[in-house]
Order: sequence, then structure tokens, then C-alpha cells
Amino acid sequence: MSGAETPLQPRRTGLSRRQKRRISRGAQYVVFAAAVIAFAVAADWGRLKNQFFQWDLVKQMFPDVITLALKNTVLYTTFGFVVGLVLGIVIALMRLSSVGPYRWAAGVYIEVFRGLPALLIFIFVGVAVPLAFPGTEIPGGTYGKVAIALGLVGAAYMAETFRAGIQAVPRGQMEAARSLGFSHARAMVSIIVPQAFRIILPPLTNELVTLFKDSSLVLFLGVTLEERELSKYGRDLASTTANSTPILVAGLCYLLVTIPLGFVVRRLEAKSGEAAK
Amino acid sequence: MSTPEIQVKDLHKSFGDNEVLRGIDLEIAQGEVVCVIGPSGSGKSTLLRCVNLLEEPSKGQVFVGGTEVTHPDVDIDAVRRRIGMVFQQFNLFPHLSATENLTLPQRRVLGRGKEEAARIAAENLARVGLAEKADAYPAALSGGQQQRVAIARALAMGPEVMLFDEPTSALDPELVGDVLAVMRMLAQEGMTMMVVTHEMTFAREVADRVVFMDGGVIVEEGRPAEVIGNPRHARTRHFLSRLLDPAMAEVEEETSDQVGGPA
Repeated sequence: MSGAETPLQPRRTGLSRRQKRRISRGAQYVVFAAAVIAFAVAADWGRLKNQFFQWDLVKQMFPDVITLALKNTVLYTTFGFVVGLVLGIVIALMRLSSVGPYRWAAGVYIEVFRGLPALLIFIFVGVAVPLAFPGTEIPGGTYGKVAIALGLVGAAYMAETFRAGIQAVPRGQMEAARSLGFSHARAMVSIIVPQAFRIILPPLTNELVTLFKDSSLVLFLGVTLEERELSKYGRDLASTTANSTPILVAGLCYLLVTIPLGFVVRRLEAKSGEAAK
Repeated sequence: MSTPEIQVKDLHKSFGDNEVLRGIDLEIAQGEVVCVIGPSGSGKSTLLRCVNLLEEPSKGQVFVGGTEVTHPDVDIDAVRRRIGMVFQQFNLFPHLSATENLTLPQRRVLGRGKEEAARIAAENLARVGLAEKADAYPAALSGGQQQRVAIARALAMGPEVMLFDEPTSALDPELVGDVLAVMRMLAQEGMTMMVVTHEMTFAREVADRVVFMDGGVIVEEGRPAEVIGNPRHARTRHFLSRLLDPAMAEVEEETSDQVGGPA
């Protein structure tokens, strides 16, 4: 080695940067392996297997876990997402409106519903609404209630997503549309929103995943046997059989949907990243 | 000619405390090509954007084809249909193909049928020499091609007047010529054009009249040979010398009382 020492290569330890990096990487592997081994040794695998993996219980759950529970979860999520989407667009447009009270009301809505736990909103829709407006029935029974509760939660997040998406479309697009004779509203619908939609597709899909998981809160509304979704179904079965296997199966059913959706989000993000170049 | 195609009367425009236009009077006759030149921050782009009300004037009047654009009750969308505008940054709709960029405004704004819009789109793309790029998306086109599509998009609406806001300033030097050629063709066809530009050769050869602006006012105007070839005002001479021979410019003291400022 040359005698000259530069500040970039301190030779105090006698190790080159590459050697140090190799040692640090090795240490991280060792820590990770130790953690895995510690977990494997400490866990009581026999009891875990008994409690969470009873094959005959798994078989007993089919096909109901798919045809009833997963189906209901998908239905609740879809209804809630649609309500949230429509409400979210309205609130986002209010937020961007030139009319002060609209902006103000939309701002309050977003802050309130993003700040509340989804559970409280479910209880509110299930209990407070029938109390406050006696005799009114939310159409669609439990499905209607869930759609509204999930929609209220989702709309607050989606409104912010829409607003960000609309504002991400360059100003020149609106100017070009207006100079061609588009009215403001028509330019929004024909030119701005289609572009904003591409920008917000990944975060919107993320919101779908969140609602998919939050649909489990229907548990607190009190549902009939036919209306049970994955979490409720799994929990009911777990308590009647005194075994947790149904919980595990229900969990896997969630992942069956959320993991592919997550994959879709990453693909969309990569694609829009490419288009932005 | 009877009434001027574009008439600007005592136009003022302020952004907050910054007065960008300080009383502009300008008339452009039908079929006339007027190039507006001047240093950046002189207000020339703002003036152009006031003509189709992309900027709301603070004071004064603008008439296009006899209609007062600045009238509070004007149907601005109807007026804008008669005014084509071309931007420095092209502003093509990136989610639409070249053809769709031309057909969508025709159909949504003018209510033309599918086939008519497609036919007019094809005609205008051919006019700017881009018939073979009809299905290309803006991202797949060069800057010069995008700008020509943008011109075709404005032409497809059948405008009486075309406004150009520094149409070649964002282009690589070797692509400028194609866009200028299209503009020259339009001028020869008799289109009324108001062009904000730094292309002095274009202004000299194509314009009927050149307007030099500085500090929010028109300093001088006249035939291109006069304004560019033999400017009367010191500010015009100074601007032109810096523009035509930038390598010879000397470092100057920035004076605080400079009017205008960057827009």
C-alpha cells in the first residue's frame, strides 16, 4: 500500500472499506440466524400444531370458507369501495372548489374520518344512526351498513388521494383544454381526471387492500349466519371447536387476495414511474 | 379592413404588487402576422395570455373579432373556440394519441361527429407533415413533432386567430426549423397570427409587423426591417444586440429600478 494517507481511507484499523463492509454484512446474517433459531427453540411446536393446524378442521371449513366467508368479505369490500370512491370524488372536488364553505366542510370531513378508528365508525353506523333516526332502515341490511361504514372511512383517504392526483396534473393541461374552448367542468372530466386516475391507481389499490382488511369490523355490527365474513366465520368456528385452526385458514384467505393486490400495486407503480421518464 | 381582428385597449395586468402590463394598446388586422419580441419579464407572454383570457386583465379591454373578451358576461368558452393557442411546453394531452388529441376537442367542444372529427384531424396532421404519426402518443414524439401536433390540434378547431407563446423556445435547435416552417405556411395562407418569439429571423421574414416590449409597455413597433434592422430606441438596440450576439454581451450592474422583473 502507498504511504500517503487520504481522509477517504483511514488506515487506523488496518481494514479496507471493502473488508469492513464484508464484516458488517456477515454480522447481520449471524444476528438474523440467531433470532430465527431462538424463536424456533422457544416455541412449543407441538402445541402450536395442535392449536393451529388440525387438518380435519381445515377440511371441514371447505367450501364454506370460500363460498360464504370469502365471498361476503369481497362483497362488503366492493360495496364499501364503491361508496367510498363516489363520496371521495365528491369530497375531493369540494376540497378544490372555489366556494369557501365547500372547502371547509370537506376539510373537516377528511380530518374527522381519518382521525377516527374505523371500529368507532362501524359502531356509530350500527348503533347511533338507528337511534338518532328512529324508524329509518339503512337499505340493504348489513350489506348497506357495511357499505356506508367502510365508505365513510375510505372516502376520507380517497378524497386526499384524488386531490393529490388532480393537483399532480400539470397546469398546462388545464390551460390547453380551456384555450381549446373546454369549460372548466368538461376539461376536468375529459382531460384532467383521466390523467389523475393513472397517477392515483396505485394508492387507490392500496386503499382497496385496507378496506378489505377493515371489512372484518362487521363483527361488531351483529350479523346473521349467512352474512358472516372471513374474520367472524373463523372466530365463530374457532370458539365452537375450541381450536384456532379456522383463524389461520381465514388469515390465509385474506392473504390470498391482499398479496396479489400488493403485487399489482408494485407493477402499477413501476409502470407509472416508467411513463414519467 | 373594417374592424381589427384583435384589439387591445389600455391593458393593465398586475400580479400582486408587480405590474406586468402598464397600458398596452395594440391592433392586429385580419390576416396580419405580428411578432412580439422583448426581454424576459417584459410582459409579452402575459399580453398574449390576456387575449384569450388565460390571464384576467386588471384593467382595460380586449376585443377579438369584434367580441369583447373582457366583458364580464362574455361566453369565454365560445370566444376561445375562435382563438387557437400554441404553448411553449406544447401541452399535448399525454394520455391520448396524436389523432385523439385532435378529435377529442372537436367532438367535446364543437360537437362534431366521429367521422367528421377524424377526417379533419387527418387533414390537419397532414398539413403539419405528421400524417404518419397519427397513432403515436406524445411521449413517442420529438419536441418539434409534439409542437406541430399541438398546432394541428388548434387548427382542427377552425380558429380565426392563432396565438403562439414562444413556440420554439423549448425545442432543441435542430428541431426549430420544422415548427417555423409550419408557422410560415400558416402565415402565407392568410391566418391572423400573434407570435411571441425570440426567433428574429422568423420575425424579420414572416411578420408584417414587429412589436418590441419592455417593462410592460410597447417601446416601438413597425415593419420588421425597421424595428429589427434599424431600431429607433436604445432599449430595442440593446435588446437586439444581446439577442443577436450573446457572446459579446458584457457583465452589467443589476439596477434596482428596473421595470417589470421576471414574470
